[in-house]
Amino acid sequence: MAHRWKNDLTDADVTPMGAYLSRREVMAGVAGLGLASMAAPVRAAGLSLNSWEEITSYNNYYEFGTGKEDPARNAGSLTTKPWTVKIDGMVDKPGDYSFDQIMQAMTVEKRIYRFRCVEAWSMVIPWNGFELADLLKMAGVQSGAKYVAFETLYRPEEMPGLRYPVLDWPYVEGLRLDEAMHPLTIMATGLYGKPLPNQNGAPLRLVVPWKYGFKSIKSIVRISLTSKQPPTSWNKANGREYGFYSNVNPKVDHPRWSQATERAIGGGLFAKRQDTLMFNGYDEVAGLYAGMDLSKFY
Amino acid sequence: MLVDRLNAALRRVPVWAVYLVGALPPFWYLYLGLTGGLGVDPVKSMEHELGELALKLVIVGLAVTPLRRFAGVNLMKFRRSIGLVTFYLVLCHLLVWLVLDVQILSQIWVDIIKRPYITIGMVAFVLMIPLAVTSNNLSVRRLGPAWRQLHKLVYPAAILGAIHFILLRKGFQIEPLVYLAIIAVLLGLRLIPRARKGAGRRAQQA
Repeated sequence: MAHRWKNDLTDADVTPMGAYLSRREVMAGVAGLGLASMAAPVRAAGLSLNSWEEITSYNNYYEFGTGKEDPARNAGSLTTKPWTVKIDGMVDKPGDYSFDQIMQAMTVEKRIYRFRCVEAWSMVIPWNGFELADLLKMAGVQSGAKYVAFETLYRPEEMPGLRYPVLDWPYVEGLRLDEAMHPLTIMATGLYGKPLPNQNGAPLRLVVPWKYGFKSIKSIVRISLTSKQPPTSWNKANGREYGFYSNVNPKVDHPRWSQATERAIGGGLFAKRQDTLMFNGYDEVAGLYAGMDLSKFY
Repeated sequence: MLVDRLNAALRRVPVWAVYLVGALPPFWYLYLGLTGGLGVDPVKSMEHELGELALKLVIVGLAVTPLRRFAGVNLMKFRRSIGLVTFYLVLCHLLVWLVLDVQILSQIWVDIIKRPYITIGMVAFVLMIPLAVTSNNLSVRRLGPAWRQLHKLVYPAAILGAIHFILLRKGFQIEPLVYLAIIAVLLGLRLIPRARKGAGRRAQQA
């Protein structure tokens, strides 16, 4: 069922892209004059929409390289048409679903979400997508299913980063079924009303806004319903640093850095750090973890 | 010979040129950061660019002795300036982290104590302080043979700098390991025993 969640950040809160771009041009002019202090854009904490340029030029997508700008540079080579998603495991209607077939059945809506990377930076992103719950219902989730496993495309000839053993490829992620069915959890297919750029995980990716960004797996080719907790890539690489849940939590630090604060991308050189919010500000998911020790299940 | 011509050319390069060129990068990055030239996350870019540049200069500094010994290229007159510029870049890297990135004083102390890659980076920086302070003729004269011993602190500082870089990357990444490997090779070359001086001199005289 679409539209189960109403944007808490509306267009009235955030700066529309057009206005932002023209403001940037003004700022570039100001900076050119050397008026440094005026060049830092003023942003209300976590409320300003990031620009198309920011969202599409600063990505972690290690299949295209480990640098933040590598995906924008290298992902152009990715073929996203045709695209099929294999849905299998504990579902009534397993099979290969084409992207077009999925899009015909789904209701795409706009979701403005805060996005918090485990590296302690954040953005505000206007996604277009559909609720994952709707896709799972289409495939028919069987009663014993407890988890959902996701897999990213593995295509070395188009993904230069796969040459390096940074992670155990292909990239895999997972959610508990109730997390997957939550109205906040979407499969994003667009950005600013345009098709999702390759570097952001075209043609469809997961977005779970209350978890660190790496949970929001990109360019998905397989979704499996399972009864056991599936392995996840970063957890396999370093279980002490990256848990299965990876909920945004200012009180549970990453072993190598604090998670209490974050740098909002787009603030410029002199922007103040802002406080990180529990569940990235999405308190409505707290019930999913009632009774769990979140410092243990990080 | 190529080496002789290179050495002749190097002799014409004044040492102040190294200081001048070395002083520029932080200002250049500041300018880029203010005008959008460092991408959408200028703080991290600046921090990382300065850190990597400093690590590259550590390598250049460590290469001076082996280059003279094994290739006959003489960069000795630049060695102090390379070292001081390296220290200056590490200091700027640290300042960007303190002032622009972490910002919060209490957080800084927690990070230094709790986060191994930051602890290691800080130790490397602290090891470099006495080297920077004694990089002048007066100290060389006063300290005598102890000066050479003291300045061997650059070896652990270099290794710690490379480890600092390895630890801060996510996953298994090649680039920081390359830095450590180069530093290890440059330090390893110092372990090769020298031919007895007397024998060498006699051979030259003959």
